[in-house]
Amino acid sequence: MNRRWARSVAALSAALGLVCGAASPRPGVDFARLMSDAPEPTLQAYRLFEDARGSRPAPGVTPYTLNTPLFSDYAEKRRFLYLPPGTAMTYRDRGVMDIPVGGVLIKTFGYRPDQRDASAVARPVETRLLIHRNAGWAALTYVWNAEGTEAVLKRAGTSLKVAFVGSDGAKREIDYVVPNVNQCKQCHSVNGQLSPIGPKARNLNGPYDYGSGVENQLDHLSKAALLTQAPNSSSIARTPTWDSLSETVDARARAYLDVNCGHCHSRSGFASNSGLFLELEETDASALGVGKRPVAAGRASGGLEYAIAPGDPDHSIIIHRMASVEPGVMMPQLGRSVTHAEGLALVRAYIAQMKPAM
Amino acid sequence: MSRHDARVCAIAAVVIFSVSAGPGLARTLRVASGANAEERLQSALIDAKPGDTVRIGPGRFAITGSLSLDTPHVRVKGAGAGRTILSFDGQTSGSDGVLITGDGAVIEDLAVENSKGNGIKAKGVDQIVFRRLRVEWTGGPKASNGAYGVYPVSSKHVLIEHVTVKGASDAGIYVGQSQDIVVRHSEAAFNVAGIEIENCYHADVYENVSTHNAGGILVFDLPGLPQMGGHSIRVFHNRVVDNDTANFAPKGNIVASVPTGTGVMVMANRDVHVFENDISGNGSAALLVVAYLNAFKDPTYNPLPRDVATYRNRIGRNGFDPKFDGGPILAKLSGGSIPPTLWDGVTQYVVPGGAASTDRIRLNLKDGPVVNLNLKTQGTPVTSAQPSVSPEFVDSEMAAPDPVTLPAAMFRDGRKGRARR
Repeated sequence: MNRRWARSVAALSAALGLVCGAASPRPGVDFARLMSDAPEPTLQAYRLFEDARGSRPAPGVTPYTLNTPLFSDYAEKRRFLYLPPGTAMTYRDRGVMDIPVGGVLIKTFGYRPDQRDASAVARPVETRLLIHRNAGWAALTYVWNAEGTEAVLKRAGTSLKVAFVGSDGAKREIDYVVPNVNQCKQCHSVNGQLSPIGPKARNLNGPYDYGSGVENQLDHLSKAALLTQAPNSSSIARTPTWDSLSETVDARARAYLDVNCGHCHSRSGFASNSGLFLELEETDASALGVGKRPVAAGRASGGLEYAIAPGDPDHSIIIHRMASVEPGVMMPQLGRSVTHAEGLALVRAYIAQMKPAM
Repeated sequence: MSRHDARVCAIAAVVIFSVSAGPGLARTLRVASGANAEERLQSALIDAKPGDTVRIGPGRFAITGSLSLDTPHVRVKGAGAGRTILSFDGQTSGSDGVLITGDGAVIEDLAVENSKGNGIKAKGVDQIVFRRLRVEWTGGPKASNGAYGVYPVSSKHVLIEHVTVKGASDAGIYVGQSQDIVVRHSEAAFNVAGIEIENCYHADVYENVSTHNAGGILVFDLPGLPQMGGHSIRVFHNRVVDNDTANFAPKGNIVASVPTGTGVMVMANRDVHVFENDISGNGSAALLVVAYLNAFKDPTYNPLPRDVATYRNRIGRNGFDPKFDGGPILAKLSGGSIPPTLWDGVTQYVVPGGAASTDRIRLNLKDGPVVNLNLKTQGTPVTSAQPSVSPEFVDSEMAAPDPVTLPAAMFRDGRKGRARR
């Protein structure tokens, strides 16, 4: 199956090579189309990838990863950054890097048929673009066809059935929800403006295998002149890796809550009115949920009194809402339809080890 | 041109007239019921440009997700609260029924039924109008219903009028952490709280009916939130009658502590005037003035109600079935029922990490008799009450807060085609 898939990719690449070799030089990223207010009906029109399947990034498109990613129904994600030639991001020690106008963040969500098979290639489901235009950031979502050969614009969102075998060997069927552009903004919002949320220096501060060797991402970006004013990565704060057993439960759980909740649950985010603030930089125990009563949770409180009841995950609203898959109760509100068992276990452990209140 | 078309043109003309933002002609994007209606409706909400109207036709629209509007200055208009029904019975994702984040939004003439979370939420909006809406959980009061019916939060310039909300498991009409608010000509029934104004600045709540809730109208201020220190609120000319639905809020939420049968309740806040309301048929008490009940850690929070005035309310029969701790005994001591106004008598609190507060609080509680529980210090359990009754409780006169003013454009009504005040 996989070999056959690989063969067809090879055949397709060869065909593309023929076409390219025939006349004009290989087309690069279509910057004018990215900057146009009118979105292209297909992802392929932007030529961000060399192949129609979106597996080989075009020149100028750099892959990256995050120490701790957002959980999205066990989807695997491939992330890329495009910067117009001659431009660079500016380092920021807090928040997302300063990405210049013309910059594009590209994220493809996909599933391997069997997530235990490391050599398998994920079938893409959707590719999201965040494009920095003169008027601000714009979000576009493209949904892939079943063959994985073309992705078409879906502005109003949609829902897709996805089936795969999870890393635990269990068969899973998921109603995968592709967000509409407004829903993109619900999470991707800083003070009401659409904004990237992933590429913070601290969450990029980790290794990546560029094929030519493993390198720290920030150092690599600096060397490639895609990032300016960044100190050496060894002196930059680092978001802990949520599933690394070499880090403490506390550090991992805070990283997990930061990435999965902190974009809304911050003073400038969509959930600012909740008073529950889960960013890594937060130091106020009450704002972090410890002994904090719900404000507007309604029935989603599950009859519990505190966001976090220290030492008692079973009586903590955070756990109740992370475990739920019921709309109106579950958290996050968007981006998942199943419980993230491993993330839930981590946050349970984090709460369980807290000293109970008097 | 048919009469229908003429009316549509008139509406479009009004929209052009009323919207300053955005160049070009305002358009009307029409969405009829039928196949694929949800995607067509959400697409219209995304495609609408400033000044446009999204016109939703009559019929039942089965919605499985959460609808959202982010573009500023868009009017979302149905064919009437009894004719255009957004049904969330089959909702499988999203929390709210409709979420509005675009400034200058108007949503009117439609119904939202059985959303899994809140009915219609507006977050961080400057100028939001909710008009002639019905938000209802049709199975009656249940703890599994969504929390809020209409729910503007962290917003500025809020108008809620001719709105009916039934069945919310928290508050039917809830305004949180907002400022410059008018709630009028609306009805809230069979919710835990009928109308709740929480952590807000400058609100006028008038000519509403709040009935068959657990509590009629609540003015609250809670700690630990970005906007605190609620103040300058007038509650007047409302009918707050027969609030007799047993409190069905899930535990943990602040409204779960509201006694069934509360008329108007003021908790914390400053400069609150409650006057000339009809208040009757509320079994616990007509008027409840209390400090925030729980412990808190926020030193910038003031848990006391201060500069609160209640006067000229038409008080009928209330307090005949008190549902709070010590209520039945208190009723017995007071001659069979709780007197019209119940004050906890809390006059000071300990600032977290500091000393006791020293500011004098002022209250004018004129709809007597007034029961004072004499609890003195915030956090004192009600079991320590030493009730005393007086004909009224009067401090120096306090001027009522100024009337709330909203931009005139917010009163421009898509149905009438003219400004209404």
